[in-house]
Amino acid sequence: MCLFIPAIIRGLSLPVSFSLHSELLPTLITYLEAIREALAKALNDDPRVYIYGQDVGFFGGAFKATKGLSQRFPGRVIDSPISEDAMVGSAIGASIQGMRPIIEMQFADFSTVGFNQIVNQAATMFWRTGVACPITIRLPCGGTSGSGPFHSQSLEGIYSQYPGLVVLTPATVEDAYSMLLAAVECDDPVIFCEHKYLYYHLKADGLPNEALPIGKARITRAGRDATVVTYSAMLHECLAAAEELAGEGWEIEVIDLRSVKPLDTDTVLASVARTGRVLAVGEAWPWGGVTAEVLARIASEGFNLLDAPPMRLNAKDTPVPFHPNLWGTHRPTAKTIADALRSLLRL
Amino acid sequence: MLPTTPVPHPTSKASDFSETFRRAYRWMLLARLAEEKMASLYRAGKITGGVFLGKGQEAISVATGIALRDGDVFAPLIRDQAGRLAFGESLLDFTLTYMGARSGPMRGRDGNVHRGRPREGMLPMISHLGAMVSVVNGILMANRFQGRLGSVGAASLGEGATSTGAFHEALNQAAVEKLPLILVITNNQYSYSTPNSRQFACADLVDKAAGYGVSGHTVDGTDLADCLKLIGNAVECARAGGGPQLVIATSLRLVGHGEHDDSHYVSAHLREMPLGRDCLTVAESRILSESWADKVTLDSWHRDSLHQIEEAVAYSTREAAPDPAQEDWCAYSSRQLSEG
Ligand SMILES: Cc1ncc(C[n+]2csc(CCOP(=O)(O)OP(=O)(O)O)c2C)c(N)n1
Repeated sequence: MCLFIPAIIRGLSLPVSFSLHSELLPTLITYLEAIREALAKALNDDPRVYIYGQDVGFFGGAFKATKGLSQRFPGRVIDSPISEDAMVGSAIGASIQGMRPIIEMQFADFSTVGFNQIVNQAATMFWRTGVACPITIRLPCGGTSGSGPFHSQSLEGIYSQYPGLVVLTPATVEDAYSMLLAAVECDDPVIFCEHKYLYYHLKADGLPNEALPIGKARITRAGRDATVVTYSAMLHECLAAAEELAGEGWEIEVIDLRSVKPLDTDTVLASVARTGRVLAVGEAWPWGGVTAEVLARIASEGFNLLDAPPMRLNAKDTPVPFHPNLWGTHRPTAKTIADALRSLLRL
Repeated sequence: MLPTTPVPHPTSKASDFSETFRRAYRWMLLARLAEEKMASLYRAGKITGGVFLGKGQEAISVATGIALRDGDVFAPLIRDQAGRLAFGESLLDFTLTYMGARSGPMRGRDGNVHRGRPREGMLPMISHLGAMVSVVNGILMANRFQGRLGSVGAASLGEGATSTGAFHEALNQAAVEKLPLILVITNNQYSYSTPNSRQFACADLVDKAAGYGVSGHTVDGTDLADCLKLIGNAVECARAGGGPQLVIATSLRLVGHGEHDDSHYVSAHLREMPLGRDCLTVAESRILSESWADKVTLDSWHRDSLHQIEEAVAYSTREAAPDPAQEDWCAYSSRQLSEG
């Protein structure tokens, strides 16, 4: 029996299984578990909080983000019908009546069915009426191998276009936890883009006690030759690329935006002032969006800081493909990012 | 602060039907005359944006507004001037918003029928038809979370809006959650220019109630007495825990879709039918035939309404327009998150 366990762990390429070795090794926490812990803390600390979404109750959600929560918090983790419009609409109503709803979209892609309520009702409420609309909408976003065109989308750019929405894109376990708590505390509607690829792959030693505020970017890796601006799962591809280039003698600075709206232009410009070269990397489609916004700001506010034309790298301008061979080429990877950096450094 | 005297609320909690009827009639009259005034201001080029009237739907609208009480919530639509007044919206909210005054509830940021005061249970409609119903559901869910029982929520829609996904999702949601929602559909035969034959194919919209597992009711929307009784009952059913109530009221839109529309497409045949009656005239005849008020009294109500409207319009005209230089261009309640 015992012989099989390490094989299973290796097969999944997980570093350590804390559940099997919890007595012996320090507990590691995944990105998904951090989200679950944040949800539990929000429910525990604030009676105004409830969770509403498809299969989130007894079943614990499609990704198990709410596993065990309906039992721990009876009546506050509620299965919804497959009605994204009504899920968000009802959250808006509940929020103006003093609640702090957390809506789980089963996949970010399905939030388009609730798009109208998000962008026209939630986003405009405070501006129109002076009454705040504190709702958190969790979007399991981004690609994973085999997920295909309708379970892989990255919609942060579209939501950021709308005034009144806050759009968060945590790239680390610690940020997934602390930014989700900040989202629930925020008085404005928050689109919380959690990356499905990171759910199980990303682990940390524990949960943080302090956090950077919403709207503040983090310099994850310092460097002086070029700046990479990125967010969400692409952070890890960019860090791998930076590591690769370090082997060639280049020092690449990597900025994790954390929040794409608001966007921390100051941190980005200060970095570009030091490096003179910038590459913006995103998993979303290339037309417009976060990377375009980053470059537009650099070009208009920091043109004189640049030693080379600013570059950006995004997914290809097609729907997200299903087959791993195609998917792996559709989005930026450490390799394509490293190649882009090499040409940026040659310019 | 209010320069106008609203229609008096009953001094005693009159359960007397004639008293309720008179009160409802006065709100209808005030709504009709106020909207006529707004239409004339529109024709004079004094109004920014569109003007949308509820002519022919005041009976069903007022019946909804009057059946609600403090703590209830109302999501009116474009033809609900009478219901808004009966629910408690001041005439000034109407005039200040239509005239774009900075001191109005929407401060020039939104206009005409999009006004509301969410904290007071009056929801400000967005344009997207059907979208307000689930917002009412959410308020009712919050009431349940907070142990605030006995309150209900009403939402108005036209028959055209029953074709939206938002309508379907929200009514199903209300049914699943057994919420005290009263969904009032006024079937005025046209959605803009589209006749019912191009809007839905069921024999009667009330048949939808069974499909959702909610109570369904029909009423002649031109008859104030019927509307008051039926909506009153539906609201009491919802209040008592009977779950969502779907009400279908039949009427004819007696004006264009908005004041820009001459409604030439409305069939002459429909205008001749009982559903083409003017509910205000029908209510007035009823008052006179039952001797609930005499002609002299009706005339004084008419004069009093006109006076209130004149005062509200005069006051609103003097109010300042929004000033872009003074405007707080911030869409966030958390100011530090605004990028300006
Ligand atoms: C989702 C959506 N689509 C289109 C419109 C444009 N529109 C405004 S009112 C209207 C007709 C509405 O008809 P109905 O629901 O029957 O109400 P009525 O105007 O007859 O009272 C249309 C098509 C809209 N407001 N919302």
